[in-house]
Amino acid sequence: MADAALFEFLHTEMVAELWAHHSDPGPGGQKMSLSVLEGMGFRVGQALGERLPQETLAFREELDVLKFLCKDLWVAVFQKQMDSLRTNHQGTYVLQDNSFPLLIRMAAGLQYLEEAPKFLAFTCGLLRGALSTLGIKSLVTASVASLPTCKFQVVIQKT
Amino acid sequence: MSRPAHRRPEYHKINKDLFVLTYGALVAQLCKDYEKDEDVNKYLDKMGYGIGTRLVEDFLARSCVRRCHSYSEIIDIIAQVAFKMYLGITPSVTCNNSSRTEFSLILDKNPLVEFVEELPAGRSSLCYCNLLCGIIRGALEMVHLAADVTFLQDTLKGDRVTEIGITFLKKLDEKKYRRKK
Repeated sequence: MADAALFEFLHTEMVAELWAHHSDPGPGGQKMSLSVLEGMGFRVGQALGERLPQETLAFREELDVLKFLCKDLWVAVFQKQMDSLRTNHQGTYVLQDNSFPLLIRMAAGLQYLEEAPKFLAFTCGLLRGALSTLGIKSLVTASVASLPTCKFQVVIQKT
Repeated sequence: MSRPAHRRPEYHKINKDLFVLTYGALVAQLCKDYEKDEDVNKYLDKMGYGIGTRLVEDFLARSCVRRCHSYSEIIDIIAQVAFKMYLGITPSVTCNNSSRTEFSLILDKNPLVEFVEELPAGRSSLCYCNLLCGIIRGALEMVHLAADVTFLQDTLKGDRVTEIGITFLKKLDEKKYRRKK
């Protein structure tokens, strides 16, 4: 089924439309749009997390959860695994995708660097939402040095 | 893990749910942004139109549809190939007028509303799935066919089935319906 395509088209349209609707000229407006997209991603991530097979929910430790996101969740959502996972073993993880599907359609390199964050906000929320369902509170941000490679930084929030 | 992750059947479901859940989050956000149902409906249609104009290329690339010589053939392709490809369902088709320009797609099951029990309170005029109308309208316009696409029946409004009405208007380009890009 071409579900992935349908989601990608919807995501692209959402980025275009929500941005146009919410944006103010100043930098405050930009943050508002990113947080709207991130919030939507969070809701979806939570719902997806609830649909995961039950046996995956019994993780031994935090690192297992992150590995699960990099393999199983990423494959389920983007049909590929995350390319690398690094951690400082103190609650910060960096997940790197060398050819992130939502950035693939844009020209590689630096041409669309400024636009890239809009295309990552939803996915940051998705990660944060899935983690939330798995019992982990986090902050997720993304950075792009050169399309289509991007890094997601997950910082676990200790309550 | 003993089995490769991508072979697990649960992940097909997650992938399918992703679009439906994202759509739900979008509708919820638009309901926050717009007070009037008509405005949400219009926005969904507009977004759908934008998607449709690009989706049609994706569709033509994935399918090997032959040239169509009538509106009926086009509607059959939408129902049996496109809907099946993207949403996994095959609506049935009826023709509503003798000049064969008005058709209906009847969906017994609508995947978009899988997680929706009922319309939110105070939103009785909301056309939850209006994105679909925009998509069909946008896709048809890219192959030079102008059409009105609206919901005639909606399970979320108490109807038994979901019915999408497609009415072909004057062709934008007389020669075009013989050729498919």
